[in-house]
Amino acid sequence: MPATTVNATRMELTRIKTRLKTAVRGHKLLKDKRDELMKQFMDVVRENRTMRQQVEESLMRAHSAFTVASALMSPEILEQSILYPKQSVDLDMSFENVMSVNVPKYTFETKNDNSSEIYPYGFAMTSGELDDAVKALSDAFEGMLRLAQIEKTTQLLAEEIEKTRRRVNALEYVKIPEMQENIKYITMKLDENERSATIRLMKVKEMILAQAIEQQQAQDAKALQEMHA
Amino acid sequence: MYSIAVLGDRDSVMGFKVLGLHVYPVDDVDKARSTLHKLARENYAIIYVTEQLAVSLEAEIARYKDNVTPAIILIPGKEGSLNIGMSNISRTVERAIGADVL
Repeated sequence: MPATTVNATRMELTRIKTRLKTAVRGHKLLKDKRDELMKQFMDVVRENRTMRQQVEESLMRAHSAFTVASALMSPEILEQSILYPKQSVDLDMSFENVMSVNVPKYTFETKNDNSSEIYPYGFAMTSGELDDAVKALSDAFEGMLRLAQIEKTTQLLAEEIEKTRRRVNALEYVKIPEMQENIKYITMKLDENERSATIRLMKVKEMILAQAIEQQQAQDAKALQEMHA
Repeated sequence: MYSIAVLGDRDSVMGFKVLGLHVYPVDDVDKARSTLHKLARENYAIIYVTEQLAVSLEAEIARYKDNVTPAIILIPGKEGSLNIGMSNISRTVERAIGADVL
């Protein structure tokens, strides 16, 4: 018995059969999509890992450079030096389509292209260590941007894979078996109906035949009696 | 045009100001939480958050995981990397594939 009640009619059977066909096709397509997404995902994840490692290392270098700089300078002067940045960044975001997942692609524009013009302070009051720190940070920045892009891509792809995986499983283990069960149930029910109709006809024929024979016999008996009389 | 924000304790994020990023130094978690939500609503495509802060903002950061903007990216703070960023990648892999295959 199917879990839900279905009408055992020929129309319902045709409907479910078409749906099953669609479901099987959809299942195949989704499975292909999942496999390809996985493939892409693995590449992205590997890159994500290496990028993160690189960025973390370069940021740690920048942090320690800043620590050294702040040890050599008074905090007020340090803060004053970097209070008004010379550099500014404009970020532009476009989208790239990876297996129908929109992943962001960042492009950025800096106000000062020359990397030697990013120091927002005069060199008289500050120590050289601060220059190193700023340089280290500015070197790390491009990596940080790439990391942001790739990490977001990883997350979005992961979400899509999860969704696709769920759909594939729902079709494979729930929807398709359920429809097959329904088809089997309806076919059996229809066959059963057909058999019972045949039997009924046979029974009726038997009854009519018996009646006809009886009538004939009665007629024959009557005729015989008349002959003898 | 989008902007980039950096969220974290003062010492860790101050330097990013030089690069022209928008810096939001926060000290306590509640302030960080409200700042993060405020930034997410505004025109920020990327928000860098220090790992030290991210420890206590896990739920908030997870909320923006499936949105295209903002991308919330963890960076090591001044005290060093807590390896949360790396383990988050493993978690993402687990989420997608069902097991950490790398």
